[in-house]
Amino acid sequence: MSTTTTDLDALAAALRAAIGADRVISDRQELRTYECDGLAQYKVIPALVALPADAEQCAAVVRACVAAGTPFVARGSGTGLSGGALPRADGVLVVTSQMRDILEIAPDDERAVVQPGVINLAVTRAATPHGYYYAPDPSSQQICSIGGNVAENSGGAHCLKYGFTTNHVLGVELVTPDGDRVRLGGRAPDAPGYDLLGAFVGSEGTLGIATEVTVRLTRLPESVRTLLAAFETTDEAGAATSAIIAAGVVPAAVEMMDALAIEAAEAAVQCGYPAGAGAVLIVELDGPDPEVAAQFGQVESLCRENGAFEIRIAADDAERALFWKGRKSAFAAVGRISPDYIVQDGVIPRTALSEVLRRIGELSAERGIRVANVFHAGDGNLHPLVLFDAAVEGETVRAEEVSGAILDLCITHGGSITGEHGVGMDKAKYMPRMFTDDDLDTMQLLRCAFDPDGLANPGKVFPTPRLCGEVPGRRKGVHPAQEAGLAEVF
Amino acid sequence: MPADRTLDRLRAAADVVRTAGEHDTVAGVPARYVAAPRDTGQAAALLRAAAALDLAVAFRGGGTKQDWGSPPRRLDLILDTTALTGVVEHAAGDLITVVRAGTRLDELPATLAGAGQQLALDAPLPGGTVGGAVATNTSGPRRMLYGTVRDLLIGVTLVRADGVVAHAGGKVVKNVAGYDLGKLVTGAYGTLGLITECAFRLHPLPATVAYVSRAVDDLAEAGRLAGTVRAAQLVPTALEVDAPAGGPATVTVLLEGTPAGVTARAAAARRLLGADATAADQPPDGWARCPWRDGDVGLKLTAALSGVPRLLSEARAAADRQNLPLALRGSAGVGVLYAGLPGASDPERVAGLVDALRATTAAVGGHTVVLTAPAPVRDRVDLWGPVHGLELMRRVKQRFDPDARLAPGRFVGGI
Ligand SMILES: Cc1cc2nc3c(=O)[nH]c(=O)nc-3n(C[C@H](O)[C@H](O)[C@H](O)COP(=O)(O)OP(=O)(O)OC[C@H]3O[C@@H](n4cnc5c(N)ncnc54)[C@H](O)[C@@H]3O)c2cc1C
Ligand SMILES: Cc1cc2nc3c(=O)[nH]c(=O)nc-3n(C[C@H](O)[C@H](O)[C@H](O)COP(=O)(O)OP(=O)(O)OC[C@H]3O[C@@H](n4cnc5c(N)ncnc54)[C@H](O)[C@@H]3O)c2cc1C
Repeated sequence: MSTTTTDLDALAAALRAAIGADRVISDRQELRTYECDGLAQYKVIPALVALPADAEQCAAVVRACVAAGTPFVARGSGTGLSGGALPRADGVLVVTSQMRDILEIAPDDERAVVQPGVINLAVTRAATPHGYYYAPDPSSQQICSIGGNVAENSGGAHCLKYGFTTNHVLGVELVTPDGDRVRLGGRAPDAPGYDLLGAFVGSEGTLGIATEVTVRLTRLPESVRTLLAAFETTDEAGAATSAIIAAGVVPAAVEMMDALAIEAAEAAVQCGYPAGAGAVLIVELDGPDPEVAAQFGQVESLCRENGAFEIRIAADDAERALFWKGRKSAFAAVGRISPDYIVQDGVIPRTALSEVLRRIGELSAERGIRVANVFHAGDGNLHPLVLFDAAVEGETVRAEEVSGAILDLCITHGGSITGEHGVGMDKAKYMPRMFTDDDLDTMQLLRCAFDPDGLANPGKVFPTPRLCGEVPGRRKGVHPAQEAGLAEVF
Repeated sequence: MPADRTLDRLRAAADVVRTAGEHDTVAGVPARYVAAPRDTGQAAALLRAAAALDLAVAFRGGGTKQDWGSPPRRLDLILDTTALTGVVEHAAGDLITVVRAGTRLDELPATLAGAGQQLALDAPLPGGTVGGAVATNTSGPRRMLYGTVRDLLIGVTLVRADGVVAHAGGKVVKNVAGYDLGKLVTGAYGTLGLITECAFRLHPLPATVAYVSRAVDDLAEAGRLAGTVRAAQLVPTALEVDAPAGGPATVTVLLEGTPAGVTARAAAARRLLGADATAADQPPDGWARCPWRDGDVGLKLTAALSGVPRLLSEARAAADRQNLPLALRGSAGVGVLYAGLPGASDPERVAGLVDALRATTAAVGGHTVVLTAPAPVRDRVDLWGPVHGLELMRRVKQRFDPDARLAPGRFVGGI
């Protein structure tokens, strides 16, 4: 799939004719703005950028790409952390940032209908006056788009109780990789037929582009109570987490940070966590008043019984925000204590927490690479921050090795290589460690049903995508298209 | 008796095959053979053999819903999962369980309750299996709080039409690696592959439950009350309306939680529902059961939440116009209702009612699906009604089952 300059010029002209000249970018300097997503170690300048105004324009862009045999990559806000929205040098980047209308807030239906470029937090802002909110809350919620959330099946601190994007998306309208507009699901539950909506959520832009999303709105809880508990060790904090779950309490969130993560957060936002803590837990309960009141005391004593030496209870929203500030800024904060870092995103069964954290500690000591741990303790979703200095000879390689070893550790414990950030370009090579060839081939059957020509975000998620006509089981080497894509990565 | 080479070849794949008896039918279509594999390996060997022999295959769990969906266009082999049973793993600390597909749903509570946990699907119809529940994606009242099978299933092992074994998801709740094939096979009526193992997320058993009920005179009132409850701060586990044909309707709110919390919320629920509301710790009659019996017509009606009152009253009015006794029961709190009609109803009238229901459900954003019906009705009505994305669905089926051997014709659009 090599695209020549004349082909590109023709495609650019076709796109301009279809959606207007001001919606197509071909100037190399301007294109640079889009060379990476939140994972900045991979950079590729797209051949063209298209900024459709609506679903019909989006479909027109895809049809033009199909006609030219050109791959396309969808992009929302570009905050992804797995290189999912990394452009193709020979492809069109379809950016949804001009599709930002909230089309409808229907509290009586507990639904909102939005364009894909709408920012996650904007939905909650629009729904709050009606007594509702949009539950999935990735830490990036002030900037990431709903379309990106759908594509990544994003999670957040509150998934433990409320589930992930997939549990809150009730319908999408998408442009299929051959340029058709199709509706899946919608206002009512359980549309007849295959659950293609369920398959589309989390497909990372490889099954088409979402152009309209219907999401569930959740009633604002009557009561929210938050505590911050400080422990000497992560083992104790882990034991407290298990005890809470074992007691049958389902908190809205249980988040943990270790000493190094706390240090980073303090340096960045002075959140004033208890001095000398080897681990802090943030536990939040929400729901009807009488339930929260009954369970909060129980959570508090379980923390104490498991070694908490200090417990703070948020007196009001401002104090709650302060507890969360340290946690929510942790990723960015490590930038203060390390020139470079990798945000890892593995999952383990919660019961393996102490063992895995200990092993991460050993790996860190063995390789001389610091690892800060910030994570969703309630559902075993780790975010080890692997710190390094690219200027120091060999550190980058060692950091990547530690990062990969952590993923292997997750797989060995029956976990996953990604809990919320997606596979993207970054983790495609790890997929065969978690899945067999047969598993991956079966996923390709779905891919090929949607995208027989492999034009939608090729080279992402799957390590060696086969062409759809190929006989299953006969695997060639690296796909030439992917090879070409990789060659441009620097 | 002449030698049966097909039977021999199936037995060579796994010696768990017999010739079919008179009860081995799917929606009235007789099969030639029945095989009951004991593990995923045997199931895979059988499906490979069936592929080589070009046999049409349908799957059967407890057999409680073989009359749901359309009859298969052709059928040679029933793959029966009743020997593919057992809990593979229950990791109580991680709130997950892995179960073989033929395991009866009603056997799980005993296993899980010891750890104070539950798979939050409703009290099973006797005999239904885990695989069957996933394949039909039906749901009971508690979906309002816990979601449906699709929300609780976190990992799946399936055997494709060509006998290849594939896994998707896993046994951690949070996982976005690869496509969610578990969702794809949920509600697929066994047309994409055989599910042999499922991993589910579990929930703690609530310490206390209360069912707060109130009888109402007309369905519009029931719809209004449902809206009031939803807008309040009760966080119900279920919000059901039960409206038998010709009798008064009942609205029931299920509350679960701590003893103190449930007492306070039940009192609040009674205030909302009205003076004559009652609270009980046991479900009312018919709770979590379809409002029809074997051989009846069973329908599923869906609506956007704000359309539930309209759907309730218009459904009853449309049935009255056709002079049919329509029983309605379902989750007013999520917009899913089930409806039942006597099996002996005049097919023309049923068809007229289905048309009217389709018009109403479409107007409120939902669908009308005929889940089951006696043959004369089935011949007269389109079971599934209009389906969005049908072309994509056909393409998915074509990739997973290119020779159309898995229950051909059973699903939407003749898939
Ligand atoms: C500081 C920080 C904190 C974060 N915290 C979290 C967190 O807590 N939880 C979490 O889950 N993630 C988190 N993320 C990751 C990221 O924000 C999410 O993955 C988010 O969903 C990406 O949205 P986006 O709009 O930026 O998508 P992009 O990065 O633009 O794209 C992401 C993927 O979605 C595809 N895509 C985008 N729009 C569409 C569309 N309309 N149709 C089809 N495909 C599309 C792209 O092709 C790409 O594969 C964090 C990121 C940062 C930088
Ligand atoms: C209002 C309502 C509430 C309900 N609540 C519940 C409930 O709480 N719990 C409950 O158990 N049931 C409930 N049911 C019914 C139930 O969901 C299923 O219909 C039942 O579990 C079917 O199981 P079975 O083993 O008898 O399936 P069968 O009748 O044997 O099969 C049904 C369908 O599933 C396919 N199938 C069966 N096994 C597999 C497999 N392993 N892989 C692929 N396809 C397969 C078959 O081919 C067939 O198409 C409810 C139904 C309604 C309408």
